[in-house]
Amino acid sequence: MSFLPYAVSVWLFLVGLYGIVSSRNLIHLIICLAVVQSSTYVLLLAIGYRTGAGAPVFAAVPLTTPAVDPVVQALTLTDVVVESTVVALLLAIAVQAHKRFGTLDPEELRSIRG
Amino acid sequence: MSRRIRLILFLVSGAGFAALLVWGELGLPPFGRYQGPYGTILDSVAVLQRHATDVVASVTFDYRGFDTLQEEYILFAAVAAVTLLLRAERDESWQPPSDEAAGRIVARPSDAIWLIGLSSVAPVVLLGIYVVTHGHLTPGGGFQGGVILATAPMLIYLVGEYRTMRAVSPTSLVEVAEAVGAAGFVVVGLAAMIAGAAFLTNFLPLGRIGSLASAGTLPLIEVSVGLEVAAGFMLILSEFFEQTLELRHRRARE
Repeated sequence: MSFLPYAVSVWLFLVGLYGIVSSRNLIHLIICLAVVQSSTYVLLLAIGYRTGAGAPVFAAVPLTTPAVDPVVQALTLTDVVVESTVVALLLAIAVQAHKRFGTLDPEELRSIRG
Repeated sequence: MSRRIRLILFLVSGAGFAALLVWGELGLPPFGRYQGPYGTILDSVAVLQRHATDVVASVTFDYRGFDTLQEEYILFAAVAAVTLLLRAERDESWQPPSDEAAGRIVARPSDAIWLIGLSSVAPVVLLGIYVVTHGHLTPGGGFQGGVILATAPMLIYLVGEYRTMRAVSPTSLVEVAEAVGAAGFVVVGLAAMIAGAAFLTNFLPLGRIGSLASAGTLPLIEVSVGLEVAAGFMLILSEFFEQTLELRHRRARE
């Protein structure tokens, strides 16, 4: 099953997107966005994987040990940090939306409808 | 647009998008057969070039240190934005911390939660400091360790000591720590320029591979990032706590 990790990332992206579209609660919607973004972690790590190789950490193993790609792991770290900041910002906006409209249902945020 | 139409629209466009996504990912090299040049080169040269046994850390804070600097400032900007969004507004007033529902008395946490929570604060702080300072040797680093450090005040809150939590992480001190952490990364980069190299060059002596004081500027950057991340997350959390515990709408009290 060499396609399985890629399939998992596709599934995470779509299931998160479905959650965003069908959401009735802003907190739920924000967590769905986090699910969408987690698909990129799976994809990045899957691209850098090499069968049988270890982590790119040579603290206790000889330098010639096969290791996976460290670049995608560093990118995933960036990805995680960015996601946490995005979630924090959106939750702050959700708090303010609840204060203004008294609801967390995106359907009822009438005055910001496009 | 009604819910029904929106869902039908999503199912149609989502199916098209899924097909494109699968088609695109089928074009990637098969799982487990990584062929990219950079990972292979870095795995063989990074440890000898930078004397850091964790290659992910040397990629993050050295090879692509400039990108990570900007990433750290994304966090800095987000903290500022959360503080701005959750400021006290004209129709809101401060009150002593209490539960949202009027007249409700919050139950004291059980002895088990109190004991386990408070007794794990010190080990959590120690673990955080360990993860921050050993980022260039083993998995971990400033971002991961900083988040662990930020959970220590959370534990104090969990055992029901909100005032103690505010006392051990006073906003003014945490704000200074965040600023110092954010500035530290830039200062290390500028120090390299003063030493006659390019911005963020690893100009310090590299030391013996595997020792704590090795890898040149990496541990310094790890510590400043750890400080920035820990303080940044503490600020975000305290902003959310203030919203539920201290800020009140004037209208709501009438």
